[in-house]
Amino acid sequence: MIDFSLWDITRNLLLAARWTVVLSLMSFVTGGLAGLFVLVLRTGSVRAFAKIAEWYIEFFQGTPLLLQLFLVYFGLPMLGMDVSPWTAALLGLTLSASAYLAEIWRGCVAAVPVGQWEAATALGLRPVPRAWLVIWPQALRIAVAPTVGFMGLMVKSTALTSIIGFNELLRTSHVITNATFEPFTVYGIVALIYLALCWPLNAASRVLERRLTPG
Amino acid sequence: MTLWLTLCGAALGVTFGILMAAGRLAWPRGFGWPVNVYVELFRDTPFIVQLFFIYFGLPSVGIHLGAFEAAVLALTLNLGAYATELVRAGFESLPAGQEEAAKALGLHRFIVFTRIMLPQAVAAVRPALLSQIVISMLDTAVVSQIALRDLTFEADLVQTETFRAFETYVVVTLLYFCLSTLLRRTLGASTARLMRRVA
Repeated sequence: MIDFSLWDITRNLLLAARWTVVLSLMSFVTGGLAGLFVLVLRTGSVRAFAKIAEWYIEFFQGTPLLLQLFLVYFGLPMLGMDVSPWTAALLGLTLSASAYLAEIWRGCVAAVPVGQWEAATALGLRPVPRAWLVIWPQALRIAVAPTVGFMGLMVKSTALTSIIGFNELLRTSHVITNATFEPFTVYGIVALIYLALCWPLNAASRVLERRLTPG
Repeated sequence: MTLWLTLCGAALGVTFGILMAAGRLAWPRGFGWPVNVYVELFRDTPFIVQLFFIYFGLPSVGIHLGAFEAAVLALTLNLGAYATELVRAGFESLPAGQEEAAKALGLHRFIVFTRIMLPQAVAAVRPALLSQIVISMLDTAVVSQIALRDLTFEADLVQTETFRAFETYVVVTLLYFCLSTLLRRTLGASTARLMRRVA
């Protein structure tokens, strides 16, 4: 047994937490872009695409993230692709995030009063400038708070990638636990680190919600 | 096992959430902070970390729990935190006149709370509570990691025997999908009926 001081444990966990942060940020960005694409399909005028986007969202919201990660991790090699845990984690989280974000943002677009659409149409704006100049700026304002809140959810989701072998905060904590036999301390610190990451996001989300809600 | 776990967790979690929300209302100002700390603690950490802490961490301070008990406890506390926030939002959405009118009629505080305020508060946030229960069901996939034989755990077994990981996980993922759809429908219908009877 190696002797670890409390500081050694904390330092190693904090170093591992970098990967949690990197993975959260990257999958949030890629998930956001993919989500935007799904949103456009979902709210677009082509019925078939809208239906597919709806199924896509329902599928990812109706199945456990853990299973989605397994599917990516074990499924892609069957197609002849070599997947590292990092790729699988990023891809799995991106898919899941895109479905959630598309649904959140759809709600925000729907929350723009219908009179705004009618007014823009009455002014003779075509669909693209109508969306770009009138609807989206308003929807964006509504979307900020729930999106920041979702980032907190994203950070928590990355914990599951430890199961497919991605070396982030939680997986590192297993390794340290196996070396130190102090699960209470180690998992306690891990929980506190997650708390430190998520709490500011959720708090910011609440403040933004009060600030940016129209009316 | 997945269903049984979900039902135990949901029943206990929602009850716990209601108690917590009620407690925060009833206690004098300044005593609500333990509830706030609890809610934040469980909402801002991943479920899997809570589970590991309870299952692997607590034994070292002398609390030994079986896998099932640990899973139910983690699920209850996790869902309870979300339910507390939701039910509290429900109470806040009630018009103050409801409570005042009931008190003016001379009803006892307990009756006012259980028969007037609680049913309306819960009815107001029922859809959000249901989504939260479905999310909890999906979260239970994680308990396979503490060797509880739920749906995901069985999938792991099947795939080590057959070496057909992808097919196994496709089938199990679809099963979860059916389960979540089913849960949403049945819970939606049954709680709607219950609400009509109580409220």
